[in-house]
Amino acid sequence: MSDSAPTTADTRRLARDARDRVRFEEEALELSDQVYRVARRLVGSREEAEDLVQQTYERAFRSWRQYTPGTNLRAWLLRILTNLNIDRGRRQQRAPQTTSIDSEAGDYFLYDKLAAQMPEENPDEERVLERLSQDSIVDALADVPHDFRDVIVLVDIGEFSYADAAQILDIPMGTVMSRLHRGRRILKKNLADTAVA
Amino acid sequence: MTPIDDPCEECEEMMQPFLDGSLSEEEVARAQKHLESCSWCAKRYKFEERLRHYVRVAVSEPMSPELKAKLAALRTPL
Repeated sequence: MSDSAPTTADTRRLARDARDRVRFEEEALELSDQVYRVARRLVGSREEAEDLVQQTYERAFRSWRQYTPGTNLRAWLLRILTNLNIDRGRRQQRAPQTTSIDSEAGDYFLYDKLAAQMPEENPDEERVLERLSQDSIVDALADVPHDFRDVIVLVDIGEFSYADAAQILDIPMGTVMSRLHRGRRILKKNLADTAVA
Repeated sequence: MTPIDDPCEECEEMMQPFLDGSLSEEEVARAQKHLESCSWCAKRYKFEERLRHYVRVAVSEPMSPELKAKLAALRTPL
């Protein structure tokens, strides 16, 4: 038998490989809207987000064999995306910040601040939130320092678990929780500031 | 999380992990029991929950059809 002649086993393996690859690519593409939605808020502009998502899919399709079937594909894609984002030098912008926020302000100060501008007493939550414009929310989130914003985007926008966010960002879960807590307070403070302005 | 004396303070402490779905069953039950009897805390939870939803919707930007086409073109040709 010639060495170059493919055996039945070889053919089967190639066929299985091709099928697995097609399936992987289809599954990854189905998640692209969700991946983009997170990417868009991790970086500053739409162009950057589009570049980043495209590079993520190029890399994912190249290294698809490293993905373990049955594990969280969306988290795997986001891990690639955040690593690429780091490669782009974003991390050099600034060290983790210790932004000063009013530690006396409870979780409810945003409601109080917004409700104070309304004529009725004790207004409904939904109506209070309507006082925030879409642009002011986008700006308030963009103004959260990136270490805190990353976890907010992953957990609150991307709806990842603490554990997935920790894996994606390669930080301990306790850090995810503390940054989330602090980040949400900074976001609320930013929202309160825009509402007053 | 260990129980603390002031039920409203404890409830506030549990709010973020409660809404993140990361409390134990026993802690969820404790928070829910308090929320049923305390309209003040219930209002805070509702505001926080609606705020998160509001932010999520406000910052969601759909992907452009151009990018979608570019990604689809990255697939291995059949």
